[in-house]
Amino acid sequence: MAEATGIKDIIKPENLAYKRTKIMTDNILHYCPGCGHGTVHRILAEIIEEEGLQSETIAVCPVGCSVFFYHYLDIDCQEAAHGRAPALATAIKRLLPEKFVFTYQGDGDLAAIGTSETIHACNRGENFLIIFINNGIYGMTGGQMAPTTIPGMRSSTSPYGRDVKLMGNPLKMTDIVATLPGTYYVTRQSVHTPANVRRTKKAMRKAVHYQKLNKGTCFVEIVSNCPSGWKMTPVQANKWLEENMLPFYPLGDLKVPEDEAAQKPVNPEKND
Amino acid sequence: MEKELRLMKGNEAVAEAAIRAGADGYFGYPITPQSEILEYLMEASPWKTTGMVVLQAESEVAAINMVYGGAACGKKVMTTSSSPGISLKQEGISYIAGSELPCLIVNVVRGGPGLGTIQPSQSDYFQAVKGGGHGDYHLIVLAPASVQEMADFVGLGFDLAFKYRNPVMILSDGAIGQMMEKVWLGPQKERSKTVPEWATTGKPPTRERNIITSLDLDPARQEVFVRKLVAKYDEIREKEVRCEEFQCDDAEYLLVAYGTSARVCQKSVQLGRAGGLKVGLLRPITLFPFPLKQINKLADRVKIILSVEMSAGQMIEDVQLAVNGKVPVYHFGRMGGMIPSPDEVLEHLKSKIIGG
Repeated sequence: MAEATGIKDIIKPENLAYKRTKIMTDNILHYCPGCGHGTVHRILAEIIEEEGLQSETIAVCPVGCSVFFYHYLDIDCQEAAHGRAPALATAIKRLLPEKFVFTYQGDGDLAAIGTSETIHACNRGENFLIIFINNGIYGMTGGQMAPTTIPGMRSSTSPYGRDVKLMGNPLKMTDIVATLPGTYYVTRQSVHTPANVRRTKKAMRKAVHYQKLNKGTCFVEIVSNCPSGWKMTPVQANKWLEENMLPFYPLGDLKVPEDEAAQKPVNPEKND
Repeated sequence: MEKELRLMKGNEAVAEAAIRAGADGYFGYPITPQSEILEYLMEASPWKTTGMVVLQAESEVAAINMVYGGAACGKKVMTTSSSPGISLKQEGISYIAGSELPCLIVNVVRGGPGLGTIQPSQSDYFQAVKGGGHGDYHLIVLAPASVQEMADFVGLGFDLAFKYRNPVMILSDGAIGQMMEKVWLGPQKERSKTVPEWATTGKPPTRERNIITSLDLDPARQEVFVRKLVAKYDEIREKEVRCEEFQCDDAEYLLVAYGTSARVCQKSVQLGRAGGLKVGLLRPITLFPFPLKQINKLADRVKIILSVEMSAGQMIEDVQLAVNGKVPVYHFGRMGGMIPSPDEVLEHLKSKIIGG
């Protein structure tokens, strides 16, 4: 079949609906098959390219599965100690106030060891963007319970399911930061279906736009999966996410800016 | 603004010197006995004049990581704290050393361990000089013995930090931080506009992206990196040793002391000499690199060496390494926030060591 048509016949400009963004490097992603990280990386890369932000952007990477974030995006990056990304970003943005600064953090990094840095940066209203990947598990260290592991959910350190009486309750950091006066835009999205990917990109573009206004911290949670840690196939993981994670972490905006500056349309010509 | 003579606390001198040195940012958290530094800076409000950023962080941990973030942008940034707070900063300091970032850290030491006391001590010597955080690294450690040096070492510290892309610590103590002396302050320097080639400031099309990290999972490459650090420390050992000799030329008995202890011992030397005892003092100004050669040379001429510290005996290990068995090395120390008197040091030397 493929021989009959030939690959050259397929690669024609009119067939290229999906092109490579030059902000992604040629490094091969180390993520497991089906993992949401690659999708979120790509969304960020596309927005940085489309908004012309490469020379303005400084990213702060976490400790966790996405520790090598800086291998994949062709932008200046700093690698933070576990949980400290918002502290780094605070200084970067205050010393270089014209730049676009964001942190990329997982649930262990942001909601366990980095709770203090996260809450205080958001409460001070630091003018950077926090991207929070929540898959309810410690992926890099092999699938241990996270602060966001939902009740009853199994992990290697909650092998019979999370017993909240024994292990405490999951922490809804996004709900917490939405209550703080320093945050400007707080939203929860997912990338488990193409429609959600588009919605996430739209939300992310808004967050990047709002960031330029210097009116407070923007916070985008992405409820994601972990096929390896959850011991599921990618398809099962996305189904499990929809049936179990989303009822606990409902998608949508938690805080939207109401002032005039935020009402201007965000790049209306861009079609996400 | 020209040079100016002021009467100041050591802590205030650090703050004023930081502004005048053209520092870009200060990130700190209150702790006794060094809170005057943050207080002075907030009152001086240098963001209105030089543009220097000053921020009270939510913890020492956050403060040192703010320093990391600022240093990685190529900025002249600093933090200050006292012993328990410096312990909290050790993780960040290790990352800063492992990412080869320049910065200035001031430790106004108080007595430990634990919460200990708020009185002056020198019991953080090991932590400052031998590592403190995890991994194979060194700080450049400067030990001021006066309010003047508290001020002078801020500029010197930044210069060394940028020269070697290495964190520098000023190892002071609660006495130097709290006491008032006259101090000459240098003129206001402009904040630097040059951006180091390695700094993360946003990738222009003209260069590759800059990545600041201390991570390399490949042990062979990580070893190459640590060897590079070792070579840097060797160069620092070769070029940056600073120390001061006081009445050492004809000394038979040598005191080795830094910081507040050196101030005390200077008087002990004078008292000893007035009584006919040929005592001298070597004051290390850099604790890393330590004046090994200088002490080793003096060990050829003196009978006995006494390491005087406000600790249970930490620097004495470096003095012994320097002396390499040539003459006996003893320790005299006060602990827990106590400061020895000049008479006490001299009496110990005379009765317990020479006479004992």
